[in-house]
This record gives sequence, C-alpha cells and structure tokens, in this order.
Amino acid sequence: MNARRRLAAAAARVPVVLAALLFGLPLLGLLARAPWATFLEQLGSPPVLAALRLSLVCSVAAALGALALGLPLAAWLASGRSPARTAVRVLVLLPMVLPPIVGGVALLLAFGRNGLVGAPLERLLGVSLPFTTAGVVLAETYVATPFLVLAVESGLRSFDARYAEAAATLGASRWRTFRTVTLPMIAPAVRAGLVVAWARALGEFGATITFAGNLQGRTRTLPLAVFNALETRPEAAIVLSVILVGVSALLLFALRDRWFPAP
Amino acid sequence: MRRAVALLAALLATACGGATAGEPAAVVFAAASLTEPFEALATAFERARPGAQVELHFAGTPQLVLQLREGAAADVFASADPENMRRVVELGRAAGPPRVVARNRLRIAVAPGNPRGVRGLADLARGDLLVALCAPDVPAGRYARRALASAGAQVASVSDEPSVKALVAKVSLGELDAGVVYATDVRAAAGAVEGVAVAAEHDVVAEYPLVVLRGGRSPGGGEAFAAFALSPEGARVLREHGFEVP
Repeated sequence: MNARRRLAAAAARVPVVLAALLFGLPLLGLLARAPWATFLEQLGSPPVLAALRLSLVCSVAAALGALALGLPLAAWLASGRSPARTAVRVLVLLPMVLPPIVGGVALLLAFGRNGLVGAPLERLLGVSLPFTTAGVVLAETYVATPFLVLAVESGLRSFDARYAEAAATLGASRWRTFRTVTLPMIAPAVRAGLVVAWARALGEFGATITFAGNLQGRTRTLPLAVFNALETRPEAAIVLSVILVGVSALLLFALRDRWFPAP
Repeated sequence: MRRAVALLAALLATACGGATAGEPAAVVFAAASLTEPFEALATAFERARPGAQVELHFAGTPQLVLQLREGAAADVFASADPENMRRVVELGRAAGPPRVVARNRLRIAVAPGNPRGVRGLADLARGDLLVALCAPDVPAGRYARRALASAGAQVASVSDEPSVKALVAKVSLGELDAGVVYATDVRAAAGAVEGVAVAAEHDVVAEYPLVVLRGGRSPGGGEAFAAFALSPEGARVLREHGFEVP
C-alpha cells in the first residue's frame, strides 16, 4: 500500500519534471552557447546599449500606458454585465490571440500615413507614428494592455463589493471609495497585471517591426536586434538573448515577494 | 491489447513513411524571393517524375544558413546571393560546386502611378521622401546599398526591413514612398506597386546559386531536383516569373 502510494507520488512528479525541462532546456541551450569570453565587450557595444536603452524606455512607457488605459477599462468591465461590455471585452482581448504581425498591419491601417486616424493626424498636426519611437510605444501598449485588463478585471470580480457599499453608505464618493477601499484590496491583481503587461511589452516583436520598423536607436528594441543579429552574427544574437532573459528574470525576481505574495 | 499495439505500430509506420513507399521527399531550402518560381518548379518536377516528392522551405537566406549550420536535414539549397552560399560551402554541407540557377535585378518600388515622381536612385536622397531598404544583412539590402553608393546617393533608410516582401508591403500600403527591391517582387506584387528602373550602370545583378547538399535524407531526389531546376524546362519556369536565366 505504502509502496503504491509512493509510486503514485512519483508518477505525479513526472509532469512537473517535464514542465521544468520544457522551460529549463532552451535557457540552458542559450547559456551553453553564449560566448562568455567576449560577453562584456559585446554588452558594451553601441548597438547593444542602444537596443537595451530603447527596450527599457519603451516597455516601461507601454506598461504605464497599459495601466492608464487598462485600469479604468477593467473597472468599467467589472462593474456589471451588458452586451456592450461583452463586445468591448472581445475587442480588448483580441490582441492576445491575434498574431502580433496582424496587429502591426491593423495598426498601420489605423495609424499609418493613409490610415483612418493617421491620415488626418498627419494632415492637421504633422504627426506621423510609423517608424518612430512613439510608434514602438503604441505597438507595445496595444499588445500589452489586454494582459493588465484581464488581471485587474478578474481581481475586481472576486472583490467583495460589500466593502465598497459600506464606504458609500458612510458618505464616500465613488472615486474616494475606489481609491481608498477597492484599489488597495485589488492591488495584488493590479501589480501582477502590470508586471505581465511590462514583460509582454519587453518581448514584443511582430507588431513593432511591422508598425514601427527597425532602425537602430529609434525603433530597434532588443527583440528586433536579436532578429537582426541572428542571421549573420549568431554569437551577438545569443548575447542579446541572454541580456533579454537576464533583465526580465532580474526584475521578476526582484518583485517576487512584493508583487506575487505567497498565499 | 495486442491489436491496439499493432494498430499503433501501423499508424506510426504511415506517419513516418509518408504517403508513398518510395524515396523520401527531397527537402529544398530556398530564398524567400524564389517562392513563386520554386513552387512552380516543384509542381512541374513532381508531374515529370511520378513518385518523386519535393518539400519546400522558404525563408530569408541567412535564416536558412543558420538552420543548415544547426544541422537541418535538407537536400538542396538555393541562396539569394553568393556570400551566403559560400558560408554553406565552408560548413562542408555542399555535395558539389554551386551553380547559378537564376539572376535578378533591382527596381525602385513606388506607389502605382509614381505620385512622388521618383525617376532613379539619385531621387531617393531627396529629403521629402520616406525611403526604406532591407537590412544590410539581407541580400537585397546589401545590393541596394551597393547600387546607391555607385549612384552617389546618400539615403537615410527609415527602417531596416527584414525581407523584400515586408518592404514591398509597406510601399503598397503607402507607409513608405519608395524602397529598393527586386524586379521580380514588383512583378509578383501585381500592380500594388510600380517599379522604377535603376540605371544600368548602377544596377546590381543578383545571382542565385544552387547546390546539392550532403547530410539530407534524399540525396538522389535532391540531385534530380537540382538537375531539373537547371534544365531548359526549369529555365522556362524561372523566366515566366521574371527571373533571368544563365
């Protein structure tokens, strides 16, 4: 009996080990092939530094953009049920399932020089988004915001509305209730959503290269630089990939307790 | 139980063996700009040799080289330029000497009707035009830069595009005023862009070398396909798609 239970316990571990291998092996492959001898030299090279700086600036801007747009949106989505909400939810979650390159084409058709909004924007204000850093931020915000909306909305839906009602009966305004009661209680969901949105923005490739193009210092983020280097300078591509992995892992690790508290 | 095992074995055998029992399909790695003519070549080849099968893989040439370097089992490699072919030869994957299968020339892709009045490479240096090229690592990007240097035109590319197809798409969407691509791309775009000729003295003749590879699963099939591509019949197909043939 005891042996049988041990066997069952061991069998249950198999998928765990397989999953760990699935995520661990590609990383090991990268680390094994990284040219460590020239790593620092490569890290300090102007194209790598330019890509790193651009990636950090754009992904942080996109995460903040996702927060500014996603938080009010999630609050509205969670505040009831209606056909309008359902329709908007589908619209917002679409970028998660679309191949990012399709998202990039759609952004071009909307914000490009001949786009629905892009054409009047350029005519009236002389502003053109494709092939600019602002275009990178827009593309990243487009793909990252759904992750924040999803996290915050599910946080709000599991939040006990009676707390907010209690605050309201005590005379608090809706904004004050949201700020002082609801927001602190759903903070873990907001933070988790923010981290995932930021991570998605950092790794964004398809929509960026399609909408914003690929120019060093202006629109060539780390993933684009990896793509550029991969074909002729695989060592440089591996260095860039290790940096991307390192930066992401470091931030996720630093935030582990505060942002993903153990239950 | 035994029957289930037998069924599973039979399923696995079909899955691994493919539909026909004969030779495994010849795997052909070809540059993205060869997509249309090589699809036509494969169809004609399979019709001419019943039982023969070709499996085509298209990607940017450098990406194919990367896959070959990592040991991809392919039988034929068609490169968009001699430089990338040389890399494959240096890897020891070539079973024989490469041979030029097709040639291409450059064109400036502009919107239909050429509304911005682009007349040649020198115009691409104009400040009022939004121009992009392929990345310098992509053969088309390297050729474009060589031609522009020859014409003495200083062009600030707003984006290093990953492939000629991506560049053509952005010109056809009107996001770019002009881009330097291959003549065959303009033809394949079927009216979505117009091609402005590059003066003969600055034009670059892009050569596509082809080689039979070592380390594939169907060396015989690869040999046969390569011979077909280089035959008069193959030349006819390539010419139909706008390529020049040696």
